[in-house]
Amino acid sequence: MTSTIVVGLDGHGSGERALAHAEHLAKLIGECDLIVAYIVEWSPYSFQTPEENAERHKRREEEISTAKERVVDSSIEKLITSGLKATGIVRHGDVATALNAISEENNAIQIVVGRSSEGGFAKRIFGSATSNLVMSASVPVTVVA
Amino acid sequence: MKNIQTLLLSLMTIVGFSGSALAQEAMSLDQKVNEVFAAVTGPFVSLIFAPLPGTSFPWIVMWLVVAATIFTFYFGFVQFRFFKHAIQLVKGDYSDPNDAGEVSHFQALATALSGTVGLGNIAGVAVAVGIGGPGATFWMILAGLMGMATKFTECTLGVKYRNEYKDGTVSGGPMYYISKGFDELGLPGGKILAVLFSVFCILGALGGGNMFQANQAHAQIAGIVGDYPGWITGIIFAAVVFAVIVGGIKSIASVTEKVVPFMGLLYVGAALIILLVNFDKIGWAFGQIFDGAFTGLGVAGGFVGALIQGFKRAAFSNEAGVGSAAIAHSAVKTSEPITEGFVSLLEPFIDTVVICTMTALVITISGQLVMDPATGQFLLNDAGTAIQTIGGVSGVALTSAAFGSSISWFPYVLAIAVILFAFSTMISWSYYGLKAWTYLFGEGKTSELTFKIIFCVFIVIGAAASLGPVIDFSDAAIFAMAVVNIFALYFLMKIVKKELHSYSSRLAAGAIKKFKN
Repeated sequence: MTSTIVVGLDGHGSGERALAHAEHLAKLIGECDLIVAYIVEWSPYSFQTPEENAERHKRREEEISTAKERVVDSSIEKLITSGLKATGIVRHGDVATALNAISEENNAIQIVVGRSSEGGFAKRIFGSATSNLVMSASVPVTVVA
Repeated sequence: MKNIQTLLLSLMTIVGFSGSALAQEAMSLDQKVNEVFAAVTGPFVSLIFAPLPGTSFPWIVMWLVVAATIFTFYFGFVQFRFFKHAIQLVKGDYSDPNDAGEVSHFQALATALSGTVGLGNIAGVAVAVGIGGPGATFWMILAGLMGMATKFTECTLGVKYRNEYKDGTVSGGPMYYISKGFDELGLPGGKILAVLFSVFCILGALGGGNMFQANQAHAQIAGIVGDYPGWITGIIFAAVVFAVIVGGIKSIASVTEKVVPFMGLLYVGAALIILLVNFDKIGWAFGQIFDGAFTGLGVAGGFVGALIQGFKRAAFSNEAGVGSAAIAHSAVKTSEPITEGFVSLLEPFIDTVVICTMTALVITISGQLVMDPATGQFLLNDAGTAIQTIGGVSGVALTSAAFGSSISWFPYVLAIAVILFAFSTMISWSYYGLKAWTYLFGEGKTSELTFKIIFCVFIVIGAAASLGPVIDFSDAAIFAMAVVNIFALYFLMKIVKKELHSYSSRLAAGAIKKFKN
């Protein structure tokens, strides 16, 4: 039976290390598919100007294609050349909720993420995306330093 | 066009006037702008506010009320039957998670609200209560409740007939649903009505969406730092708006969009605290509102005066029937246009039934309106046009004094709120006006820039002119939009009814998928 691992990328160095670790795990497990996920931070309850609303659909498409080009596609390519099966997902939403949802949809056995690089005021109030994921995920989460 | 040229010329005189001018001379320039403006806009204002033959009742107020009543009955009190469903939609219960990243119902509502919640709720209500007495509040609430059905009608159509362009952007609003909807029904004249609407929409954007805002923001600042010429405030505001809409400095707009909702909550919160502290007077205040609604309690124009003021200010505040909301709501991501109609009916509720009522109650309770203790009737000012207030204030200054009588430092918070509300309303209306402008003159850099510059020029005129002519012109322009829009809605409402039948039967059958519980 094939196992699935979800890797959350953030386009930073920690995401790269998470990817390397997931690759390592997948090879140890043997039959293991990888899902490379990039979440565009977004809330349906934010406030926008009428002009931003009018252009929202266009921007969303741009955000998805940029994330695919810059982060996801190259990662998948790297995994495939090293002999693994890998697919990619770009989704908008809250990072922790979306990663967990992706792992549930695909019956993943584990989520691998990098330690988040964000910091400052917002983190103190709301906690980081990584710690929120650790607290709320329904499968084991590995945080790579 | 000639009128606009005259205005532009008079403006250039002001701008060309050296900043070292003596304050007195500057004040007389303000008066000059005022005179020119009043003379130019006078005939248009008189036409819109012409009374029904043999009465003192403006036909336009009747027009709005009759429309709201007809829509309320035609859609079987949709504003009450689908109120709960509207809230579920805003919460995202019916939103497909795959649409994450698109404009949500909440965002469309919030954007539309930040265009309407503002000075209408603070200054407009004060004008209504100042002239029509507390009784005006009753009619305002009634107009707000009925207006929910009008808003439902226009916003459903706004989404249904929006233009979705290849590059992924959307444009919607009355000009699109009037021309497309009339074509679909095989009716003539759709294009002409759409053009007419666009012309009035541009005037409305320059009036209520701009000059009124600039004018009251100036009044508020002058009330705190002392009197100074209005054109100075105007130029500062114009510069900031210019930076946003022409310079594309999005950060200013997005900061405003984030701060305005909190200002709104703060305003309602402060009003609630004042009401709680004076809870013993709430019953009396409601008594005043109900008594005044039918007797007038000696206000200018009696009970008809209260009614006219209440209806007028409600329409001006929540813009139901005006068509502006249909532009704002049309960017939402949904496959069911009617869902945005349901969501939009919350707008007059929040704006008028909740926020305007708060303002009216605070003003009534504060005792700023002078009452004859012997008769329980209000005393009129010397001109007999409005109720006497302590210090003779009106408009936003009256609201400020009312809040200040309970929370002494609140006028400062209110001043900041007024400036931010004015600013966010201007940004919203600059977009509505622009959409009408590009509908008429086509899209393109030069065409858009022309409108944006005219918009900024009117900010200066609005800040310099006095409240009377500005409020008359603003009302007239916004109501002129409603004349065209509502006329078209009568023809198009059967399309909405079809949507309503289809959606409500599928909803009852459980065919509308719910994603969250």
